[in-house]
Amino acid sequence: MAAPASTQHTVARDPAIVFILKKSVISAFVALILFSLMVGVRTFPGETGQLTYTTRFGELASIVAIVFGGSIVLELLRRWIGPVGGIELPATVRHVVSTLGRLLAPALLIFALLVPVIFYNQRYLLDLSILVLTYVMLGWGLNIVVGLAGLLDLGYVAFYAVGAYSYALLAQSGLPLPYFISTYPFVAVDFLQLGAWAFWVLLPISGLLAACWGVMLGFPVLRLRGDYLAIVTLAFGEIIRLVIINWQDLTGGPNGISGIPRPTFFGIPLTPGENGFAALIGVPFSPTHRLVFLFYLILALALLTNWVTIRLRRLPIGRAWEAMREDEVACRALGINITTTKLSAFAIGAMFGGFAGAFFATRQGFISPESFTFQESALVLAIVVLGGMGSQLGVALAAIAMIGGFELFRGLDQFRMLVFGGVMVLLMIWRPRGLIGHRSPTVFLEHNRAISSDVVKEGQG
Amino acid sequence: MDYFAQQLINGLVLGSIYGLIAIGYTMVYGIVGMINFAHGDIFMIGGFIALITFLILVSMGLSAVPLILLIVLLVSMAVTAVYGWVVERVAYRPLRHSFRLAPLLSAIGMSFVLSNFSQVTQGAQVKPIPPLITGGHTLHDSGNFAVQLSNIQIVVVVTTIVLLAIFSYMVSRTRFGRDMRACEQDQTMAALLGVDVDRTISMTFVIGAALAAVAGMMYLLYYGLVDFFMGFVAGIKAFTAAVLGGIGSLPGAMLGGLAIGLIETFWSAYFSVEYKDVAAFSILIVVLIFMPTGLLGRPEVEKV
Amino acid sequence: MNGGDDILAVEHLSMRFGGIVAVNDLSFAARRNRITALIGPNGAGKTTVFNCITGFYKPSSGSIRLMPAGGGMMRLERLNDFRISKVAKVARTFQNIRLFPGMTALENLMVAQHNMLMRASGFTLLGLLGLPSWRMAERDAIERARSWLGRIGLLARADDAAGNLPYGDQRRLEIARAMCTEPVLLCLDEPAAGLNARESAALNELLLAIRADYGTSILMIEHDMSVVMEISDHIVVLDYGVKIADGSPRAIRDDPKVIAAYLGTDEDTATAVIEGDA
Repeated sequence: MAAPASTQHTVARDPAIVFILKKSVISAFVALILFSLMVGVRTFPGETGQLTYTTRFGELASIVAIVFGGSIVLELLRRWIGPVGGIELPATVRHVVSTLGRLLAPALLIFALLVPVIFYNQRYLLDLSILVLTYVMLGWGLNIVVGLAGLLDLGYVAFYAVGAYSYALLAQSGLPLPYFISTYPFVAVDFLQLGAWAFWVLLPISGLLAACWGVMLGFPVLRLRGDYLAIVTLAFGEIIRLVIINWQDLTGGPNGISGIPRPTFFGIPLTPGENGFAALIGVPFSPTHRLVFLFYLILALALLTNWVTIRLRRLPIGRAWEAMREDEVACRALGINITTTKLSAFAIGAMFGGFAGAFFATRQGFISPESFTFQESALVLAIVVLGGMGSQLGVALAAIAMIGGFELFRGLDQFRMLVFGGVMVLLMIWRPRGLIGHRSPTVFLEHNRAISSDVVKEGQG
Repeated sequence: MDYFAQQLINGLVLGSIYGLIAIGYTMVYGIVGMINFAHGDIFMIGGFIALITFLILVSMGLSAVPLILLIVLLVSMAVTAVYGWVVERVAYRPLRHSFRLAPLLSAIGMSFVLSNFSQVTQGAQVKPIPPLITGGHTLHDSGNFAVQLSNIQIVVVVTTIVLLAIFSYMVSRTRFGRDMRACEQDQTMAALLGVDVDRTISMTFVIGAALAAVAGMMYLLYYGLVDFFMGFVAGIKAFTAAVLGGIGSLPGAMLGGLAIGLIETFWSAYFSVEYKDVAAFSILIVVLIFMPTGLLGRPEVEKV
Repeated sequence: MNGGDDILAVEHLSMRFGGIVAVNDLSFAARRNRITALIGPNGAGKTTVFNCITGFYKPSSGSIRLMPAGGGMMRLERLNDFRISKVAKVARTFQNIRLFPGMTALENLMVAQHNMLMRASGFTLLGLLGLPSWRMAERDAIERARSWLGRIGLLARADDAAGNLPYGDQRRLEIARAMCTEPVLLCLDEPAAGLNARESAALNELLLAIRADYGTSILMIEHDMSVVMEISDHIVVLDYGVKIADGSPRAIRDDPKVIAAYLGTDEDTATAVIEGDA
């Protein structure tokens, strides 16, 4: 309709312009109502401490103008391109895309392996890659629960926190070793100091503890479905955080725990000292060594998560998870124990969350409840959903996009979460089924054909 | 005993606020079957709008308290209702028939947008105002403890009751109420019978937001402060209230709100203030596990 | 009732939902290696009976006994849902097909062999390591699935999502999936619903073959009289939760009580319809 000027269309174009203008005026008017008080007026504490305000009509006017202009542009775009999301790629393009997709995973892996080599001198990028990989791992862990088993978990950060605090507390106090003393039935406890091996001993323990918490959470919520499950897991995550904040004797409360032992290269500390890693292999010490080591460590952990997930999908347990996501009632009719199937999904997902938590604690050397807010859970869930439920590659891509994008907006400071929230809304509207919208079968006779997400269910639980 | 009576009053007042928010959750859940995650933040926005309106009115030299209250109430209800409408329009309507997770995440995103929007525009500090309604009545004085019923508490409870009366009338007697209940049952059928489903859903969000705005204003008056983060916890508690009362049930939401308010108040009074949120969340978990249909909800029969 | 050749004995079964009595004091038996049909008008309580037998409902009262060929007896009303399939080996299908739509036909059949594969994979641990014993078990399972797919004529579509299969294929796949659990009793809830004449003839053949080749006893709910009359050995008729007749297809066809219940009081039309159908 609103195609570039051409005389024949003049008659038809006029109503379109009127329509667009009308729509934009309405949008601008709504924006004026929305922002008149919140933007047009700024409250702040005055000199006497009393709240007072100034006006910002300039900002208000520009926002309303932006909304007006923006809705004109949007409406024009909509007319030219057609409804968003209605774009169907032709078969050949899709074929090329899927071939590229198959090459993408190995390419990403090779790139990941080379990151420390390429960016050896760029600490910031190395740090960022470690962060991205942590979220890749968390995403893969949560993917087991949400993507495969179809259980909506909004409190995944709880397991991350349990892993981090387990590691931090046990590394500082030592491993409690109960032993029987002569005056049976009393049991005494000795604390085994782990020293340089702390991380390597405590990593699996933190994971197992998180898995136990996964089962503990899983038991009560077995019968809950959908949104109810989401809200209960959210509450569970908040409870864990609140307990960490308030149980000051154990956790240090809001101040957190500092001085958490750093990881060692299998017992050899990555420090400048004489027994340090650098001295032993005869190179000058550099703090980058630790960074590189941490990078490969989290890469290995993430790949472990990925490998286990891929393996599990081909085992009966993994198929039972997916079957449960598809139809729980049918599973029961086939003799599948829903209780153990759900609990195993929670436990294994939580275990990887715990691993990631322990890694986080050793990387930071300091943890506090602030790192384990609901926003983290939402971020990880967004990664999983954006990735395309159940797709390992999709989750990795989504983690890179989300965390990378999040870093891009670092300069925006307090606008960051605002933008993040807005992007989340837009992404969901754009791709409700995520980036990778198909499921690959776990076993095949002749052809390994991807299954379109239209038929794949999301799970009731 | 006196201490108990005092806590009972405090709990009921707090519960009224939760109940007003819970109605928004329960209405939206009833009609579109999703948790409107941003509703807690709508409540927060309502509090801010009320705060700003109040400041403007005071600086204009208005001093008649009832008039101030009335204007603040109307402005915050109206403006917040527009927020509710926009949220539905932007974040939920495009996803109405989409996959289950997409609207949930979109709602979470919207919640981030709203809370950070007010952080960006109004700053992260807590915003205190001087008490507007002062004074109260001593109901009983045993010498060492006096049971107080403050005027603000009366205002909160009376406002809640009046609004609920209007609201119940709307739902049970008006065309909109009938449309809303029809859409809850079966949207397709309602549409075939000439109900404008889009409009009804929009109205549901608008009314829910308006009630949340009242709750926000009451919160501001009662506690004398608002901050950009208050929507999250209040939202979860109000959702707990909605579930406790039986999601989808309007009287249930109010009942659940009162119950949560009482539990929280008594927990703080007799056990520990630090763990009051833990108590509220634990109740949510316990209720959902043992009584998933809540107090007044309809039982759901599993179809095989 | 206590005939030694019964596989399933339902005695005095009642199921109440609140004030509604869906099944009232129902007793019947299903014979071993036979096809028993449970028929009755809509709302007669047939699916409720099925749900009680397969553990989705706990009956309000009464007993459901299963007597497998090897001897012994199991009280189904005391087992909870998944154990009925796992331990008692009673499999079922659903009135509204319940396949795993996002999984391939082959995967659907693999899921059905869950318990066997779970044991073979050492409850996941051995499978995770990829031990040869697990691989062999997996290969056997795929073979079993392949042979079932061949049997129901879906070999060519093994790798397609079950949700994309045509309706009739989905019905057959659901039966094959139930059979992959190696049941002693197969409960089919309206297997012929929505099938055309050719498909329902194929279904008859499949069910007869299951009975002949595997010795599986079949209990089915069915409305399609051509299926019921042709393949069932025994028919139980329910109306308003109460058994009104029980006997061979011929006896049932001529039972005026059945005709009255089934098609209203107009017995002339009823008889005509039934005879025309059969």
